[in-house]
Amino acid sequence: MKKIVKYVILDILKNKIIIAYAFFLLLISFSVFSLENNPTKGLLSLITIVLIIVPLISIIFSTIYVYNASEFIELMVSQPIRRSGLWLSIFAGLSIALMLAFLIGVGIPIMLFHFSQEGLVLIISGLALTLVFVSIALLASVYVRDKAKGIGVAILLWLYFALIFDSLVLFLLFQFADYPMEKAMIVFASLNPVDLARIMLLLKLDISAMMGYTQAVFRQFFGSGFGMVYSSAILLMWMVIPTLLSLRRFVKKDL
Amino acid sequence: MIIANNVSKSFGRLIVLNNVSVTCNAGQAVALIGPNGSGKTTLIKCLLGMVVPDSGFITFDKHNIQHHWEYRKHIGYMPQIGRYPDNMTIAQVLDMIKDLRKSPDAEIDNELIELFNIKSILNKRMRTLSGGTRQKVSAAIAFLFNPKVLILDEPTAGLDPESSEILKHKIVEERKKGKLVLITSHILSDLDELVSEVIYMQEGEIRFHKNVDELKKVTGEDRLSKVVASIMKNK
Repeated sequence: MKKIVKYVILDILKNKIIIAYAFFLLLISFSVFSLENNPTKGLLSLITIVLIIVPLISIIFSTIYVYNASEFIELMVSQPIRRSGLWLSIFAGLSIALMLAFLIGVGIPIMLFHFSQEGLVLIISGLALTLVFVSIALLASVYVRDKAKGIGVAILLWLYFALIFDSLVLFLLFQFADYPMEKAMIVFASLNPVDLARIMLLLKLDISAMMGYTQAVFRQFFGSGFGMVYSSAILLMWMVIPTLLSLRRFVKKDL
Repeated sequence: MIIANNVSKSFGRLIVLNNVSVTCNAGQAVALIGPNGSGKTTLIKCLLGMVVPDSGFITFDKHNIQHHWEYRKHIGYMPQIGRYPDNMTIAQVLDMIKDLRKSPDAEIDNELIELFNIKSILNKRMRTLSGGTRQKVSAAIAFLFNPKVLILDEPTAGLDPESSEILKHKIVEERKKGKLVLITSHILSDLDELVSEVIYMQEGEIRFHKNVDELKKVTGEDRLSKVVASIMKNK
């Protein structure tokens, strides 16, 4: 299995996109930190960018990669290799490559400019989001046979998690404005890994005043030790469940 | 050695394999023939575990293949259309497969690589290869690990006459070593010197599975193509 991971990573590194991604993140991070005098403000801008770009690149790159690797996959399944091992190796290879790019592009600038607890949480949530969206991409690409359709599904999923979900929640909030929705918001946040990461980051940055009463509830819940464990567990589920579902499908897929 | 038991497979509404049962033993050379779309390639892919049957099971050396992926160590497979990662060179593909299949007890058989003169084009990328060259690479990979079982899906299609002869000679030689060889082909004249058994498939079912000599005796013909033609006429 280690060998397959090696070949997947070598293959990914060969097609330069991942290097461009790392370079692009590096450029953004450096420019954000050098534009702002206050590194905390810089970190805040970086969060907004990271929460949009990391899921986007992770899901689209992974989906396209899996489709392009169809020849590789076909070749491998006729060899004495366990199918589940092959699929998990592809997951591991993609994740390692994308996480490495993120560490170079965002991790290094943060360590240089603003090495703090908040910075560390941003790095960790970026890595977690990478894993979550690679996992979702694998699920999408194993179920959809057609490449164009699969990439379309991946883009839609990203749109959903990055934009549509928030508008739905906002819509619900307005509809039920007369009721106390703060507790329900915690449940809603768990349904979207991007939101979960955002809440954890904003809590760490201590700008709760901007968010009113909901934030106070969030602070009480997510700020506590239990809340941290809860949100980490939910994020972990977002990584594991799609991977397992895709694995179950892949093991039985006709190639 | 390989036993398929009531294997059925359908893609959507199309039934590709309908209760197929086959037994193949070491030392045999089996020709799998039948019209296009009769399920030959699907049956082969089932044997390799690339396609999972809807019902029925397949055993290799008495182990159900569904739970024992290791059995593929003993199989060399040459696909009908070899698909390889586009941006890898032939050398990289060969090295990768050697690396992944490395086991101390299996010696590497480089004969086809030399006979096909693949050494001179090792640095060509897979996407630049012609169909025939691709076939040569597929064949070389299938024989590379000296496996007990060779599964060849249309091995001579697309090969030039010289290479085709080299490959056929190699198949005969391997069979003499007591290996099981499973070949599908539409070029029956190619199969004449190669096979000892014939399986005829049609519409996902096995019409007959017989010894070649027996068939020749029954029909009174001496060429495989005529034997099959005469059987088809009588049905």
